[in-house]
Amino acid sequence: MADIVAPAYRTIPIVPALKPGSMEGKGPFVASEKINEALGFPGQLVEDWHDKVIAKMGDLLSKYRSFRVFMDACVHCGACSDKCHYFIGTQDPKNMPVARQDLMRSVYRRYFTLPGKLFPKLVGARDLTREVLDEWYNYYNQCSECRRCSVFCPYGIDTAEITMAAREILDSVGYGQKYSNEIIGKVHKIGNNLGLPGPALEDTLAGLEEDVKDATGIDVKFPIDVKGAEVLLITPSADFFAEPHIDSLIGYAKVFHATGTSWTLSSMSSEAGNFGMFIGNYDQLRTIAMRIRQAALELGVKRIVVGECGHAWRVAYSFWNTLTGVGDGADADDRFAQMLQKQLDHRYKQPMHICEFTWDMIQDERLTFDKSKNDKHIITFHDSCNVARGSRMGDMPGGQFEIPRNIIKAVANNFVEMAPNTTREQTFCCGGGGGLLTDDLIDLRVKGALPRMEVLKQSVDEHGVNFMATICAICKAQFTKVLPIYGFERKMVGGVHQLVSNAIQLGPK
Amino acid sequence: MASTVFAILFYLATLLFVVGLLYRINTYARTPAPLKIPTTPAPTTTGGVVLRMTREVVFFESLFKSNLWIWVFGMLFHASLALVTLRHLRYFTEPVWGWVEFLQPFGIYAGITMLLGLLGLWGRRLFVERIRYISTPSDHLMLVLLIGIAGSGLMMKFVAHTDVIAVKTYFLGLMHLDIQALPADLLLIVHLSLVVALLVVFPFSKLLHAPGVFFSPTRNQKDDPREKRHLSAWAAKLESEKN
Ligand code: HEM
Ligand code: SF4
Ligand code: SF4
Repeated sequence: MADIVAPAYRTIPIVPALKPGSMEGKGPFVASEKINEALGFPGQLVEDWHDKVIAKMGDLLSKYRSFRVFMDACVHCGACSDKCHYFIGTQDPKNMPVARQDLMRSVYRRYFTLPGKLFPKLVGARDLTREVLDEWYNYYNQCSECRRCSVFCPYGIDTAEITMAAREILDSVGYGQKYSNEIIGKVHKIGNNLGLPGPALEDTLAGLEEDVKDATGIDVKFPIDVKGAEVLLITPSADFFAEPHIDSLIGYAKVFHATGTSWTLSSMSSEAGNFGMFIGNYDQLRTIAMRIRQAALELGVKRIVVGECGHAWRVAYSFWNTLTGVGDGADADDRFAQMLQKQLDHRYKQPMHICEFTWDMIQDERLTFDKSKNDKHIITFHDSCNVARGSRMGDMPGGQFEIPRNIIKAVANNFVEMAPNTTREQTFCCGGGGGLLTDDLIDLRVKGALPRMEVLKQSVDEHGVNFMATICAICKAQFTKVLPIYGFERKMVGGVHQLVSNAIQLGPK
Repeated sequence: MASTVFAILFYLATLLFVVGLLYRINTYARTPAPLKIPTTPAPTTTGGVVLRMTREVVFFESLFKSNLWIWVFGMLFHASLALVTLRHLRYFTEPVWGWVEFLQPFGIYAGITMLLGLLGLWGRRLFVERIRYISTPSDHLMLVLLIGIAGSGLMMKFVAHTDVIAVKTYFLGLMHLDIQALPADLLLIVHLSLVVALLVVFPFSKLLHAPGVFFSPTRNQKDDPREKRHLSAWAAKLESEKN
């Protein structure tokens, strides 16, 4: 850890010069046999990986229109080339989104297109060799699937889709990444990414009840496995014990308490995160999401609310209805989805983000705040990629930007924005998303945080910002780690509901 | 001789172009999009999606946000290309439609602006480090091809006139399977050969961005996953197998 240093801020943030090869290497730790086999993947790189890779690629090309169209459509215009935080931070040209895609496209062209079969050199096609496979492993584990490039591409080419396909192909031949696959194993076995078993969870929650009682004198409950509760809260497991995540969990509990909402957690389904998305595997994505459906059915809840987590919200908002039927609007003869949708209360959005829940309650004047409790903070808001570019909140496009900001402004007096081309849908990734939040990638994580740190520095210098609120468990964990490396206070990052928690009035009104 | 050779070439190239393109479009249309992945904020209605797509296709909205220089040259090239193409309709219609007639004078300038746009794009490809890095030989050749088409066309206009009446007779004839004499001008031969080449490479190259953009899920999907269950056929199968 000691030798990790932050890259220098760029005096004028212009496009950096290329440093070819600067991030060459072996990539993150490869998953062990045990980890892989638990997920049904081959334990290690299979003998006939070459043919299997090509076959898998063909399979994905026929299953995903995104992958198919994106392989063909790129014109190499270069508009996306300077948009990736990992390229900006590392200067490795292979981290330019288009170049990252080309690692795959070159192989696609060689095996699936006529010109690539006839004139490989001319169209930049190449044979699939072991070097190419290793290069995939390295560089497709340097993409956080943040979708920033897709905002800027004239055809919406989303490198995240290519990265997901690449990781799925690699997994299918036994060349998976340790961090993500290990975590997925834990969800299957225990129900959350941290491997926190039910009893430990109950202890933690009991401890929290005491803490809140000590701090406020009020009996705020953290119920778990309560049948017939109205709301099932699905939140990232980091919220149960990591700092600063836990302060937001306390915030949600206080909101439920203050509004008299009956709610529960589930010990069987104690994870909002879904790393199945990170590895691009539909089966894994679906199996993990099915736990939420199962919990909702078993507990008989009317509503499902999701805590502060970026990719989890993308999966919940965009995919849950498809994967598990958590949502609305299934066909009448769709028995699988109807079974659950009949149980849910469709006066409310299903699923609902905790920020939507809180904002609704604020608008209904069911919450009161003492804003001065947050006066020590000068707050800015970091939009998390998956929320910003892969989901929505509320009724209007862009609600995912307004609602968290509205909440902050309702609970605090000092709010400032960061530079406009780095917020909302143009936000920069924290540098740790997409299954890269592991210590074996710390160098990449620090470098990838550069663009965000630069604008944060700017707002610290200009406005005295001392708190960066965000609604993502990965952002919180990543910033806690890299902020000190860039010379900031580690406590500078926190959740929106942490601010809510500070200011909310719980006593009799 | 040249007349017959070109007639055959044009028939074959057109066939390849049409069949190839339809085949590609068919593949795109038939490949399922199992998950909702619009790049948000995205429109929530079909009307909104049509508007978004129109803005992308007509104004290159996303490109405008990302890189002004590429946008300027790209816009110059494509808008001019559209005008020039429409102007060429006069070789295929008799009598020439009124609005095509109206476009004729603009079409001439469009030839020049098209060339400027292409040169600008090529300049970036040659001199901007990042774009040079991602360029393959075919990227350069594609621009050379288009520059060749535009250049030879403009030369026929401004340097060595060709007999446009005869050219028109030839193409009208082609459309009725009746091969007429093609003027044997070098420039015309070059121009037409390059156009044949363009037709042939179209369905096999990055020119597929033109149909592709309409099929891009990040741009053509509605943002309504909570309101409507979206399920592809192969994903639906998983449900019947396991439940
Ligand atoms: C639906 C119609 C079309 C749309 C929306 C479209 C859009 C675009 C955009 C946004 C770019 C990137 C910017 C640029 O480099 O100019 C581009 C590039 C390009 N387009 Fe199109 N295009 C269309 C049709 C065509 C057609 C019909 C052709 C050729 C005959 C063509 C040829 C090219 C070429 C060669 C490039 C690459 C330029 C370079 O190398 O930098 N496009 N197109
Ligand atoms: S998805 Fe994000 S991390 Fe991946 S290439 Fe695009 S900008 Fe970079
Ligand atoms: S912006 Fe899109 S078309 Fe242009 S190089 Fe990047 S991925 Fe290719």
